[in-house]
Amino acid sequence: MACRAGQSRAGAIPARAGVGLKPEHYRTILKSCPDIGFFEVHAENYMGAGGPPHRYLTAIRNRYPLSLHGVSLSIGADRMLDRDHLKRLKELIERYQPGLFSEHLAWSTHETAFFNDLLPVPYTAETLTRVVEHIDDVQETLGRQMLLENPATYLAFAESSYSEIDFIAEIVRRTGCGLLLDINNVYVASTNQSWDPVRYIDAYPLAQVQEVHLAGFAREADDKSRPLLIDAHDRPVDDAVWGLFAHAIRRLGPMPTLIERDAKVPRWPELKAEADRAEAIMSGCGRKDPGHAASG
Amino acid sequence: MPRLAERLGSFAAALRDPARPVPRGLVGPDGKPSAKRFAVYRNNVMVGLTEALRANFPAVCRIVGEEFFQAMARAYIVYEPPASPILLDYGAGFANFIAEFEPAASLPYLPDVARLERAWTEAYHAKEGQPLAAEALAKIRAHRIHAARLHVHPSVRVAQSRFPALTIWRMNVDDRAPGPVDLKSGGEDALVMRPQAAVEVRSMPPGAADFLAALGGGATLAQASKSALRADAHFDLSANLAALIGAGAFIDYSLPTDAGAVGLTPPDDGRGEI
Repeated sequence: MACRAGQSRAGAIPARAGVGLKPEHYRTILKSCPDIGFFEVHAENYMGAGGPPHRYLTAIRNRYPLSLHGVSLSIGADRMLDRDHLKRLKELIERYQPGLFSEHLAWSTHETAFFNDLLPVPYTAETLTRVVEHIDDVQETLGRQMLLENPATYLAFAESSYSEIDFIAEIVRRTGCGLLLDINNVYVASTNQSWDPVRYIDAYPLAQVQEVHLAGFAREADDKSRPLLIDAHDRPVDDAVWGLFAHAIRRLGPMPTLIERDAKVPRWPELKAEADRAEAIMSGCGRKDPGHAASG
Repeated sequence: MPRLAERLGSFAAALRDPARPVPRGLVGPDGKPSAKRFAVYRNNVMVGLTEALRANFPAVCRIVGEEFFQAMARAYIVYEPPASPILLDYGAGFANFIAEFEPAASLPYLPDVARLERAWTEAYHAKEGQPLAAEALAKIRAHRIHAARLHVHPSVRVAQSRFPALTIWRMNVDDRAPGPVDLKSGGEDALVMRPQAAVEVRSMPPGAADFLAALGGGATLAQASKSALRADAHFDLSANLAALIGAGAFIDYSLPTDAGAVGLTPPDDGRGEI
């Protein structure tokens, strides 16, 4: 099949499965033009001045809708957002016109140090005020709505006075941001925090969800031999997460759904197969539960 | 100080220093502290940054082996954690760190291989630029050419070594098994650049690195040629100039009477053909 450029400049993300774009797959994608709903990239990987990453992303963006996923804005930090980083995000958004832009409920910078991870925040009134200020700032600076992703956490702050869901729902209410529901993170955090993942999904502000993420986790154990799941993104989506996804889709209806693989990246057909599986689930149980259609 | 700032401050300090205890009030589902849970964050940071270095320094990793590389990367991460959220930029100081890293002292060429790999990464992500056409300088009248200033392509980097670092690097980025190298065979200078889509690495003759450095600093052709001759008395100006133009090392030139640079080609914004 010929890969026609220019067919997706409008760029709205369809309610289909997409795949996280990896350099290993640039050529395969351009050559074979797979039937896939969209691609997503980590914004920070395209913050160089030029070079092959931009050349390939430009070519792929000309053929597919694109969503932009930030991993380092540090929205949960106690200090002002990095103006330079926001400026770089704005430039990327202007250049590539992504259909969606998302970031995390997490922090990764402190003073001058950057920690290459999504670190947790205490769910307190003070954090809430700070996160709301930051999301207002992002949406105002970028001139568009952002989606906030729920975190995969390994521990809790003893001083937290909100549940994670109440905390996120209140952020949405105050900022008008949308949500990215990471089902793997729901499963990982629920296991690690002894929550019920199905009840988590049922209590979540689903009406604001505009995108879903799916990924694989690693199984470890904590000091007391309790299961400790790690949000590793280095293997296929777990069956438990597929089950939870089907549950969420019955409530949400079909959604832009991303297969994420950031380490031990396999050959393209393996990721495409996972995207196909997500689409099969969406067409199988994609009709909204009538009991919830009114709220959606 | 607000409590959030304190909280994240102590979290950050404990992340950076594994000798520190886990901050209080970071708990598992039973409400009790858990060292293993905090260790996940420490490990994520370390593994993520080690991977970033491995991706940017594949030849260094192949030369020293996986285990040694991990230990050296970890020591570097503690010494110089990233200051920017753009990890493409991480590792600018890795070569200098390796030069001071005692356990690597038996491989005196290793810092230069790291410098070459760093140059490669910088060239890969550098701004786009349309190379000057080979015949462009022919338009300049002969008596004015020595006063011309050549504008170096934004991706151009030069990696100089008193060892055959380029030969060693090449052996360790190919799939072939590395062969013996005579470390006393002399130094090598490498020109690393990305005129179009792909990074190109070339060996430079003696004096060429000085010539290019002078041009990059704004010298005229005559001045740059003098610098090159100081480095190598046999430096051949026209041969070197032709080779560099042929490689695509320049994007433009200017002459002293020009008000500004002669804009021969509009800058490429990277949206062209791959």
